[in-house]
Amino acid sequence: MKRKLLIDKAGVPGIASYEVYRREGGYRSVEKALKSMSPDDVVEEVKKSGLRGRGGAGFPTGMKWSFLAKPEGVPRYLLCNADESEPGTFKDRYLMEHIPHLLIEGMIVSSYALGANTSYIYIRGEYMWILHILERAIAEAYQAGWLGKNIMGSGYNLDLHVTPGAGAYICGEETALIESLEGKRGNPRIKPPFPAVKGLWGCPTVVNNVETIAAVVPIVNDGGDEYAKIGIGRSTGTKLISACGNIQKPGVYEIELGLSVEEFLYSDEYCGGMKNGKQLKACVPGGSSVPILPHFLVTKTAQGESRLMSYESLADGGFQTGSMLGSGGFIVYDEDQCIVRNTWNFTRFYHHESCGQCSPCREGTGWMEKVLHRLEYGHGKQEDIDLLWDIQAKIEGNTICPLGDAAAWPVASAIRHFREEFEWHVNESKLSQQRNYGRVSEKTFVNATA
Amino acid sequence: MPDQHNHPESQLQFSDETLKLIATLTAQYPDGKQKSALLRVLHLAQLEFGWLSAPVMDYVARLLHIQPVEVYEVATFYSMYDTKPVGKVKLEVCRTGPCMIEGAEKIVSYIEQKLGIKDGETTADGRFTLKTVECLGACGYAPMMQVGEHYHEHLTEEKIDRFIADNA
Ligand SMILES: Cc1cc2nc3c(=O)[nH]c(=O)nc-3n(C[C@H](O)[C@H](O)[C@H](O)COP(=O)(O)O)c2cc1C
Ligand code: FES
Repeated sequence: MKRKLLIDKAGVPGIASYEVYRREGGYRSVEKALKSMSPDDVVEEVKKSGLRGRGGAGFPTGMKWSFLAKPEGVPRYLLCNADESEPGTFKDRYLMEHIPHLLIEGMIVSSYALGANTSYIYIRGEYMWILHILERAIAEAYQAGWLGKNIMGSGYNLDLHVTPGAGAYICGEETALIESLEGKRGNPRIKPPFPAVKGLWGCPTVVNNVETIAAVVPIVNDGGDEYAKIGIGRSTGTKLISACGNIQKPGVYEIELGLSVEEFLYSDEYCGGMKNGKQLKACVPGGSSVPILPHFLVTKTAQGESRLMSYESLADGGFQTGSMLGSGGFIVYDEDQCIVRNTWNFTRFYHHESCGQCSPCREGTGWMEKVLHRLEYGHGKQEDIDLLWDIQAKIEGNTICPLGDAAAWPVASAIRHFREEFEWHVNESKLSQQRNYGRVSEKTFVNATA
Repeated sequence: MPDQHNHPESQLQFSDETLKLIATLTAQYPDGKQKSALLRVLHLAQLEFGWLSAPVMDYVARLLHIQPVEVYEVATFYSMYDTKPVGKVKLEVCRTGPCMIEGAEKIVSYIEQKLGIKDGETTADGRFTLKTVECLGACGYAPMMQVGEHYHEHLTEEKIDRFIADNA
């Protein structure tokens, strides 16, 4: 049985309205939590569920919540990260556009669990029309008594607001998000102190992704143990995957974690296979920041095992032969796509989005962009490939926030798996202007090293 | 309506409706933290005044009781804010990987040819501005562009033709 816990009802006519959402069983988790559970009980269920952050890093949500400092007389905040700017990722948008009340319901139970009395949803500025959808839904929730003072006579008060960014990928990083919510430039903060101790306006703060917060609703409704039964190993529950690129059926799919990549990519229920009868060349399975995989490592691991849509299986083989589940932005490339061009494109993105605080990231991304540009346009030299490798290695791990790593990994993995295509751009610079390289040859990984 | 390219300080005033909205927005934050409303207020200012000139930013600073430099810092950091005049209709075409492999570059060239402008430029009549932008969260519906609060997805040359005809 394939269960959908989040977007099962997305197709119900009128589900974006409070009336229909409520009729379909909405806000039950709030009733249950406020009537029969203490905040710690809710945290306990989330811990039991094994839920891991859906924003990209996969950190256990229950554990994150239990780190929240609770000094007397100091407000605590829950912030929802709806910045969704990782290329390839468009799942949170789907959830908020179609079932906005699910996010609001999740915000209420989660805020209750954390003892927050004011919470904010920070949404990327380009999603302004979704901000209006959320504002309408929040107004409905106030009207129906799910927000405001003394919710359902429980004595619990909560105000919920939504606030926009204005075009900056970096504001998805949690401390940059906090800065931005304070009305400043989105420069990430040095950690520690972590937001759990000093976050918004210096108060203890939890930042969670849209999908993470929505998942708390079924966890409270059905219990953490039930949720944990779905999935595989430490990858519990369901996950929204946004699939794009050269496939038959791009879109947003809710999968049970542990589904095979083969089934996800080729079955008609999901991506429906490659478009135009082309062959698979490469896949970036978790948003632009995660390592790119060549065709022969997508549906199986280097050991020849079936690769699964789970945190562990997608990472199997480490950075040598694996990747990451990341944000669930699944980008598929066919044989006609150029890896050098794509890597240049992504690097330009990171250069554009670097906040500029740390020199390895600010300078390194620009430098890589230049080198990749000349490789792509036929002016590259053999040494450029090694130079690129060197630059990315010097960015990784040397910046305040992980944007540096996010910029380094796509370059490193492209060179690791597609070096012959980079070399072809150098050796056949004229030809590389006329046609694409096609698929790289399959390697064996007996003693896989760098 | 203030001149789009020049915002004489004396004429700068949000509509009553917007001023009411701004009062609601600032009330969403604890006392003394009204600066948090800045990003939203700058969006509103851009909508009402066309772009964020120095007088507009100074006006926003006065409204929120913050220093003008605090507004300039923010306005120049975020890519959605225009600190130079732009056309009435801004076509923001996504150029990032997933859109690129679905033909974004062709769409950009087509618009460039059709309007006779390059990326970042505005037509002589001040009607259209073309700007390439980074991933807008519509990668599965590529190629795409944003115009104001609307996403135009699965773009084709015909769709561009129609859009430009409707908005000329
Ligand atoms: C450069 C950068 C961009 C990020 N963008 C997002 C984003 O758009 N949405 C998101 O939920 N998390 C994003 N993250 C991750 C957040 O920092 C944070 O880990 C996440 O919001 C935590 O929520 P979760 O535990 O529920 O996943 C980003 C991180 C980095 C370094
Ligand atoms: S790459 Fe264009 S919308 Fe994501």
